[in-house]
Amino acid sequence: MFHWLEKNPFAFAVVVIVTIAFAGLVEIVPHFAQQARPVIGTTPYTTLELAGRHVYIKNSCNACHSQLIRPFKSETDRYGHYSLSGEYAYDRPFLWGSKRTGPDLMRVGNYRTTDWHENHMKDPASVVPGSIMPAYTWMFTNEADIDTAYAEQVTVADFFGVPYNEPIPMKDGSTKIIKMGSDVAEARAMALAEAKLIAQDMKDQDVKDAVANGKIPEIVAIIAYMNGLH
Amino acid sequence: MEDRPLEYDYSVTRLFLIFAIFLGITGMLVGVLLAWQMAYPGVNTFLGEGLAEYTNFSRLRPLHTNAIIYGFVLSSVWASWYYVGQRVLKVSMAESKTLMILGKVHFWLYFGAAFVIVVSLLAGVTTSKEYSEFEWPLDLGITVIWLLWGCGIAGLIAIRREKTLYISIWYYIATFLAVAMLHLFNNLEIPTYFASGGVGAWYHSVSMYAGTNDALVQWWFGHNAVAFVLTTPIIAMIYYFLPKESGQAIYSYKLSLLSFWGLMFVYLWAGGHHLLYSTVPDWVQTMGSVFSVILILPSWGSAINMLLTMKGEWQQVAASPLIKFMILGSTFYMFSTLEGPIQAIKSVNAIAHFTDWIVGHVHDGALGWVGFMVIAAIYHMAPRLFKREIYSKSLMATQFWIQTLGIVLYFTSMWIAGITQGMMWRAHDQFGNLAYSFIDTVTVLHPYYTIRAVGGTLYLIGFIMFAYNIYKTTTARPVEESELQNASPMGA
Repeated sequence: MFHWLEKNPFAFAVVVIVTIAFAGLVEIVPHFAQQARPVIGTTPYTTLELAGRHVYIKNSCNACHSQLIRPFKSETDRYGHYSLSGEYAYDRPFLWGSKRTGPDLMRVGNYRTTDWHENHMKDPASVVPGSIMPAYTWMFTNEADIDTAYAEQVTVADFFGVPYNEPIPMKDGSTKIIKMGSDVAEARAMALAEAKLIAQDMKDQDVKDAVANGKIPEIVAIIAYMNGLH
Repeated sequence: MEDRPLEYDYSVTRLFLIFAIFLGITGMLVGVLLAWQMAYPGVNTFLGEGLAEYTNFSRLRPLHTNAIIYGFVLSSVWASWYYVGQRVLKVSMAESKTLMILGKVHFWLYFGAAFVIVVSLLAGVTTSKEYSEFEWPLDLGITVIWLLWGCGIAGLIAIRREKTLYISIWYYIATFLAVAMLHLFNNLEIPTYFASGGVGAWYHSVSMYAGTNDALVQWWFGHNAVAFVLTTPIIAMIYYFLPKESGQAIYSYKLSLLSFWGLMFVYLWAGGHHLLYSTVPDWVQTMGSVFSVILILPSWGSAINMLLTMKGEWQQVAASPLIKFMILGSTFYMFSTLEGPIQAIKSVNAIAHFTDWIVGHVHDGALGWVGFMVIAAIYHMAPRLFKREIYSKSLMATQFWIQTLGIVLYFTSMWIAGITQGMMWRAHDQFGNLAYSFIDTVTVLHPYYTIRAVGGTLYLIGFIMFAYNIYKTTTARPVEESELQNASPMGA
């Protein structure tokens, strides 16, 4: 049979593709619907948080920081409850990372504050002596891309039914609504309102001035994102 | 016509070969820079604060991985395909005008894409998925480039004189098919600009998969992009170049059959080993572990087949630095394909995952196996492409030892770094509290990061010697016009 295949390239290619496709069909396909369900209390990202998530991705933070807490005592002691599949239901793409040059950030919002992040992103070693993380000073001047974040919200709401503007059940039995603007102008206004709350807790005068003038520097967006990681 | 050997057309091979060397230097230079940044963070701003956004670790890291995998390695693979393909199918590209045009368009599109990719990664345009960072316009471009190669393969096979496909061709076909499948499924994404009626950045997209599903597809892709870019085409190369250079026949046809079909079936299952103790289903994790261990069989099958091909001719290893590259390359392949399965065992992975040991593993495969095999292939092809002997044998030998030392420093330091960090993360004191804060596990790695940076620098120095040697080869004195058999001629 093998000798025959080696003389018949088309049949050879067909047999190869069947052999390699097999694993994906068995391992990936059956679980798709089941795993995409959110656990109770998981909410989609606000416009500003999503813009911050884009800043996180733009700077490949995931190259050095994971967002996956494994079920070991040493990890739950350090980072909090181990990760559950449903907590990632609104993560497109997933940001688990594959290397921890720095610590895990899955629940960083539970134990770090706005001013901690501000100081740390400006000069990591001044906050954590010995840190090898580079400073991210350009985030204080670059503007966050709110429009693209809004475009993504519209897309995921349309295509994947992500529940914006709908009551979402929380752990304590209450419900919460994550609002999404009805157009770009409203989305920008909502993001700015959220940015103002963050800027209140920051010290950098240029950032405060920018927000007061209706601009949102990247640092504000990424802090909003990290504060929202629980 | 039938009496004398065929004249093959190497114009496309030459383009890919030269570009491969250029991309190799670029990718390795960035890698070395990253290594020094981890040892000495001040290097992040080596071009000043103003340019720090484009010189810091996180922007350069995707550039390094992509320049090596899809730049250096793919360009070398294609250089080898446009050389090996003609020779084992016994047909010249020049016999078909269409094939020549396809080949040239293939190269120039790829050449153009490479520059767009560099700019987009430096600008931070990325989907964040490892080894699949490109946004949708580039994904489409890559699909076109890939299909051009596929048409080239199909076309050359269609007009072949030798009816039986040699082993190398099996691996090239598998590479083409598997990467096409992986690329298509991992990059299913929706451009937000069009979906939202024209809001925001036109190049931005959102993944079709969420969370755990996204992770599952990404590592099914990620693991096998490694398999089908860094393994199968390299095996294709060694199955051709080792017998050619040594004048020895492949040791066992049956072993190559077993290895090929075994690799095809087993490799795709093993992606789950990147997701151990994550939120993907337990049985997928276990399958990932088990199949990773089974993967030793087909991997070692190929490597042993190569080593035994040298049976009775081991003096060639001592005599020829070119054979040395191939034999040490095969040995590193064995080493790397044993180390990988060990790391895929759940209890070992608990310590190894997220640490530098994984980085070490990738690099003993990439530097030792892929890098050495590519270097050997180019050394073998160059005298035939340029009809001149290799410029310097002693330079080649020196390069071999410098690079070998570089690899040894690299993987030993990363073993120690990885296991040290993995153990420190999980250490508890007598009261059950964590023994170390995270930063303790970072500062302790400084000496190992420095050793790794030295190792990487040595490898880069060796590679620059290689580039120089090839450059001089293209300009040194011509050899006779006759077809070169077996061992490549080398100057002192």
